[in-house]
Amino acid sequence: MTYESPLRRPLITGKTSYKQITDDIAGPVEAKPTKWWTYGFAVSFAALCLYLFSVGYLLFTGVGVWGLNKTVDWGWDITNFVFWVGIGHAGTLISAVLLLFRQKWRTAVNRSAEAMTIFAVVCAGMYPLLHAGRPWVIYWGLPLPNTFGSLWVNFNSPLLWDIFAISTYFSVSLVFWYVGLIPDIATIRDRATGLSKTIYGVLSFGWNGSAKAWSRFEVVSLILAGLSTPLVLSVHTIVSFDFATSVIPGWHTTIFPPYFVAGAIFSGFAMVLTLLIIARKAMRLEHLITLNHIDVMCKIIMVTGSIVGSAYITEFFIAWYSAVEYERYAFINRAFGPYWWAYWSMMTCNVITPQLFWSRKLRRNLLAVFIISIFVNIGMWFERFVIIVTSLHRDYLPSSWAMYSPTWVEISMFVGSFGLFFTLFFLFAKFLPVIAIAEVKTVVKTSSEEFIAETAKKDGIQVPIEVD
Amino acid sequence: MGHAHIPEIKAEKYVVPARLKTISYALIGLGLIALVAGYFMNHERGLASMLFNNFYFLGLSVAGIIFLALQAVTNAAWSVGFRRIPEAMTTFLPIAGVFMILFAVVAYFGHFYHWMHHGITDINSPEYDEIIAKKAGYLNFPFWIVRIIAAIGIWIIFATIIRKNSLLEDEVGGIAILKKNKTMSAMFIVFYAVTWAMFSWDTLMSIDPHWFSTIFWVYQFANIWVSGVSFIAIVVVLLRRAGYFHIINENHLHDLGKLIFAFSIFWTYIWLSQFLLIYYAHIPEETIYYVERFESYKPFFFLNLALNFISPFLLLMTRDAKRKENSLILVAAIVMFGHWHDLWLTVMPGAVGHEAHSGPFGLAELGGAAFFGGLFLLVVFNNLAKVNLVPVKHPYLKESLYHAI
Repeated sequence: MTYESPLRRPLITGKTSYKQITDDIAGPVEAKPTKWWTYGFAVSFAALCLYLFSVGYLLFTGVGVWGLNKTVDWGWDITNFVFWVGIGHAGTLISAVLLLFRQKWRTAVNRSAEAMTIFAVVCAGMYPLLHAGRPWVIYWGLPLPNTFGSLWVNFNSPLLWDIFAISTYFSVSLVFWYVGLIPDIATIRDRATGLSKTIYGVLSFGWNGSAKAWSRFEVVSLILAGLSTPLVLSVHTIVSFDFATSVIPGWHTTIFPPYFVAGAIFSGFAMVLTLLIIARKAMRLEHLITLNHIDVMCKIIMVTGSIVGSAYITEFFIAWYSAVEYERYAFINRAFGPYWWAYWSMMTCNVITPQLFWSRKLRRNLLAVFIISIFVNIGMWFERFVIIVTSLHRDYLPSSWAMYSPTWVEISMFVGSFGLFFTLFFLFAKFLPVIAIAEVKTVVKTSSEEFIAETAKKDGIQVPIEVD
Repeated sequence: MGHAHIPEIKAEKYVVPARLKTISYALIGLGLIALVAGYFMNHERGLASMLFNNFYFLGLSVAGIIFLALQAVTNAAWSVGFRRIPEAMTTFLPIAGVFMILFAVVAYFGHFYHWMHHGITDINSPEYDEIIAKKAGYLNFPFWIVRIIAAIGIWIIFATIIRKNSLLEDEVGGIAILKKNKTMSAMFIVFYAVTWAMFSWDTLMSIDPHWFSTIFWVYQFANIWVSGVSFIAIVVVLLRRAGYFHIINENHLHDLGKLIFAFSIFWTYIWLSQFLLIYYAHIPEETIYYVERFESYKPFFFLNLALNFISPFLLLMTRDAKRKENSLILVAAIVMFGHWHDLWLTVMPGAVGHEAHSGPFGLAELGGAAFFGGLFLLVVFNNLAKVNLVPVKHPYLKESLYHAI
């Protein structure tokens, strides 16, 4: 026996049925690609080609083609690595943490957010791989038995912990995402004919929809959610250790781990909104990914943005409070030194813009949400740039001071990495169901507009009532 | 679950048992004697005890508002049945505030905080400390006491409004109050973040005035939050045993258990973030904090982790452990003691140096705990008894009756 208050907002609007939901979600997979999909894919693929070209040039010529110098020896490479890892966090948060918090709205967005996680981690993983200069010997980064001479990994290094963290994160996210897909792929298989029936048949691992299969499916999902939850925290915590374990002022500060995690979720949700605002419109899924979904995601952006903002202010204050000359200078230099524009871009985009979401009107204005989500993406990129470059460029000795700017190789690799990301996302949106069909059906009997109206009638309550 | 019996909503009132009153008065009386005696035996230690014990119970009150605020902004229904407990917890705030001001005045005259010494910021004085002089813009008595009063004042205002609205709802019903409290709660969270950060720096971090850590306020939040949820869990279980709360079932306990479990891990995460980064970077002005605690307080350093991480992690791992009353309150009691102990470990090395090591849980500490603890119990349960135990007209109450996980 369950009961859900009719005061809660609907998660499925309009009239709907189980059959209708299947048709709506499986439709785009079965239909021919639309004109807009083709254009979008073409642009993304062009950017991917730029990526491949610049990576090829990098590998043939050497890492020296980047703009790094003796003082700023980490630049766009690790900035973009952290940027992409961060983007990935929303997917895991939605699929694992929100599952634990029984947030039913996650059912409409978890699939695409998880897909985004995987693609973002692919983009991120390319940076350490390429930074090694010789990606074909990247396995030297793993603690393999010592058969290659005297090579051995440094277990004390957070960079090594990063390899473990990211590879675990990637594997678990991939498995979680794919396991969730199996029943939906089977649904597509059952509706398909010919070659696609065979392909989706193989991909569905012979799913037969029996009670036993569902029971196993539930158990596996729960175990994977349990494994993913600590991973959400651990991955960006260890990324933050890359900086915070050092003695560099501006890098070494104890608030880094939770603040990086909050920042990652912040940027991840911004990217989810950027993608879904377009996808729900293009694929006509507005009744399943409703304004109420957008509204709550905006609230998450506002909360995580405020956490990030309070971490910035704490850092700044404690730098002054510490009375350590170098700490104080690092932060003054951030705000008023030669990279002041990066710092103030970060502050504006990350601290001020999310505060606009206090307004309910703005949370429900798609154009405004879309623009703010882009601002947050930009701000979070600047955050990493500020932390990395401005903390390094003025070394302890003024004779070592240097400025850094990226070369065309770094720029085209970054632009190209969006090509990689969007190419993968377009392929996903065309060939796999973007919403978890089986999961979204579970909220029909609790949270659809029709069902809520029925409950309200029984309870004698007038709906809709706006509680928030 | 399928055929669970859904209880009827009935107005209930809690009656404070005479025994609880006697115990509270006895704790207050004996505690006061011990605290005062402890103070005259050693001023620093007496003051330190007054500070950390008052902080602990004030923290429980603040955790009460945080609980209400978080449930309000997330539209949570499961906790509605027992929301009068966190509401009652907040009523201790004014008393804790009075004692905090009393402490501040005595601390000022007794130079409890090293930065309060006369001449410490005066370059011509033999007491001159260059580092503290650089912080004098923030660490000076007038500004310090204004911040403390402002912080507690703001919490009292929000707690009073939220509780008053909630009590009014018992009479008028409807959703207007739900909405109003949601707005108040969102505002509280914003104010809380700022005031709590400063409050934890002012009262605790500045005991070691050269030391600094950006995560410190998050760590103190984790401390009081786990203790607060544990206190709620204990009271819910004990009231159920005393025949109240028919509307609370093991599903509600399960969620309280999950919160204790999850936030004990969160506490450990924050603990590790602070410890590991300081340990790894090995910068002397930062490591000093852990050197003191590791060298002179070694057993307690490890006991802290055993109480606050290993116990809840192992004992509350299973579903059953969270749903059974005995295991739930056992763990809740362990972590409540654990976080009290953690606070002791935060305050003592800076306040009295190695001294507390020889007789760790001395007269002053136990006296302080008894005094403030007795006062807290007396105030909280008296205020709980004055109002309806169940918020009968809360819009989400019906949903919370069906809560099943």
